[in-house]
Amino acid sequence: MTIVQKLAQQVLQQNTRAIARSISLIENETDSAQKESLLDALHSYCGRAVVWGITGPPGAGKSSLLDRFIGRLRRLNKTVAVIAVDPSSPFSGGAILGDRLRMQKHATDDGVFIRSMASRGHLGGVAGATADAIKVFDTAGFDFVIIETIGVGQTEIEVMELADLVLLVLVPGLGDEIQALKAGVMEIGDIFIINKKDLDGANRLKREVEYVLGLQENCTAKSTPPVCMTSATRDEGIDDTLSVITDYLEKIRGNGQLAARRKDRIEKELRHIASAKIMASAEHFLNIDSRLDSWVEDVFHKKVSPYKLLNRKIGEFLKELHWQ
Amino acid sequence: MSKKIRILIAKPGLDGHDRGAKYVARALKDAGYEVIYTGIRQTPEAIVKTAIQEDVDFIGLSLLSGAHNELFPKVVELLRSRNAGDIIVLGGGVIPEADIPGLKEKGIQAVFTPGTPIRDIIAFIESVKR
Ligand code: B12
Ligand SMILES: Nc1nc2c(ncn2[C@@H]2O[C@H](COP(=O)(O)OP(=O)(O)O)[C@@H](O)[C@H]2O)c(=O)[nH]1
Ligand SMILES: [Mg+2]
Repeated sequence: MTIVQKLAQQVLQQNTRAIARSISLIENETDSAQKESLLDALHSYCGRAVVWGITGPPGAGKSSLLDRFIGRLRRLNKTVAVIAVDPSSPFSGGAILGDRLRMQKHATDDGVFIRSMASRGHLGGVAGATADAIKVFDTAGFDFVIIETIGVGQTEIEVMELADLVLLVLVPGLGDEIQALKAGVMEIGDIFIINKKDLDGANRLKREVEYVLGLQENCTAKSTPPVCMTSATRDEGIDDTLSVITDYLEKIRGNGQLAARRKDRIEKELRHIASAKIMASAEHFLNIDSRLDSWVEDVFHKKVSPYKLLNRKIGEFLKELHWQ
Repeated sequence: MSKKIRILIAKPGLDGHDRGAKYVARALKDAGYEVIYTGIRQTPEAIVKTAIQEDVDFIGLSLLSGAHNELFPKVVELLRSRNAGDIIVLGGGVIPEADIPGLKEKGIQAVFTPGTPIRDIIAFIESVKR
C-alpha cells in the first residue's frame, strides 16, 4: 500500500491526524501526483455530506452564527466539519486565521472538526483547496460540511459552486447594505439571514431585501429565497432558521435541484482540471528549446504574424501530444 | 506552491493578558506564516485538539499570569499522548529566567520574555522548522 492509500484509508476511519494531513497535502500542492491519487482514492466515498456555504460581509456574524448552528446540529447528533477561509496577505503571504475563535467552545467535541484555511492568493472568496478539502471531510463521514467564506462581493461568489445551499448573511448598519444588494451578489443566496436583529434597522433591511428579491423573481422564475432574522449573540432565531434550511434541503432533494447542482459542480470541476492540465502542457510546449523566444524574434521582425504562426504551431503541438 | 508554516498562538488558562499574543500573531503573519489565533481561556485539551485539526507545525503559548510551569508542560504531555509530539511548542510572556530551564526540560523548546524582538522569534522558527 502506498503512503497515500494508507492516508485515504485512515481518513475513512475518521483518524483526525490523517484528515488534517490530507487537507495540508491538498493545500500545499508540493506533490500533485500524491494529491491526485489521494483524491482518486476518496472519490467513491464522497457525496453523502450536506454542504452549506455561509457568506456575507466581514463582521456580519458568519462565524458567530456557525457557532450556534454547530451547537444545534450536535444536539441532533449530527457531526459537523467547518472550513473557515480567511485572506492571505498579498504582501507577506501570511495570514491570521481568526474565525475559529468564535467556535472554540466546540474545540474539544469529537463530533466537530474546524479547519482554518488561508486563501493563498485564490480569488473567489474561498481557497483553491476548499473544494477538495470538502471531499476529505465527506469521506470521513461528517454529516455536514460548512464553508465560511472570506466575505462577499462581485467576484467572491465561488462558494455557490461548492455548496448545496448558500446562506447569505446581511446586517443592518454597515451603511452599504443597499450597495451590496445592487452589486449582483443577491443571486448567490438560497437563504437570506438578517443577523444582528437586536440592532436598529434590522426590520427595515429585511423589507428592503424582500423587495429586491421580489423584483428578481419576476425575471428569473426561481422562487423567492426565504429571509430569516437572527441574533447570534442573543441566540435568537436560530431554530427557526435551521428549520427553514431543513425545509429548503428537503425541497431541492425532492425536485431534483440538488442533484442538478451537484452535476453542475462536477462539470465545472472537470472543466477546471482539464484546462489546468492543458495549460500545463501548453506551457511545457512553449518552453521546449526556448522556442517561444525565437517566435518572439520572428514576430518582432515581421517574418510572420501571430495567428499565422500559432495556427501552424498548435497543429504541431497536438501531434506532439498524440491528441490527433 | 510550497509548504506554508502554520502556527497556533494560544493562551492557556485564565490569563486575560492578550496584547502580547495578538502582537506576536500579527508579527508572524507579516513574516509570512499562517497563524491561527484562538483567543483567551483555552484549556490544554482544546489547544492540542485545535493544533491537530489545523495541522500546525508550531504551538506558541502565551502566559503572563504565572501559571506557565503547570500549563505549558501539560500541553506538551497531551501532544505526546496523542501521537503529535512532533509539533514544536514554544512559549512567551512574563516568565522568570529561573523557570526557563525547567520548561525546556519538559519539552518547551524556546521561551521568549518581555521585550523580545520579533526577529529572535522568527530566527528560532526558521532554525527548527521542517
Ligand atoms: C497591560 C497589562 C495589563 C492589561 C492587559 C491588557 C490586555 N488585554 O492584554 C490589564 C490592565 C487589563 C491588566 C490586568 C491585570 N494584570 Co496586568 N499587566 C500588564 C503589563 C503592564 C503589560 C503587559 C503587556 O501587554 N505587554 C506588552 C506585550 C506586547 O508584551 P508581552 O505580552 O510580554 O509579550 C512579549 C513577550 O513576552 C513575548 N511573548 C508573549 N507571548 C508570547 C507568545 C509566543 C508564542 C512568543 C513566541 C512570544 C511571546 O513576545 C512579546 C513581544 O516581545 C504587565 C507588566 C509587564 N511589564 O509585562 C502587567 C502584568 C502582566 N499584570 C499583572 C497582573 C497581576 C494583572 C492583574 C491580575 C491585576 C489585577 N490585580 O487586577 C490583572 C489580570 C487581568 C486578567 N484578566 O488576566 C502582573 C502579572 C504578575 C505575575 N505574572 O506574577 C504583571 C506582570 C504586572 C506586575 N509586575 O505585577 N494587565
Ligand atoms: N449585536 C450583535 N452582534 C453580533 C451578532 N452576531 C455577531 N455579532 C458580533 O459581530 C462581530 C463579528 O462577528 P463574526 O462572527 O466574527 O463575523 P464574521 O466576520 O461574519 O464571521 C463580533 O463582535 C460578534 O460578537 C448579533 O446577532 N448581534
Ligand atoms: Mg468569520
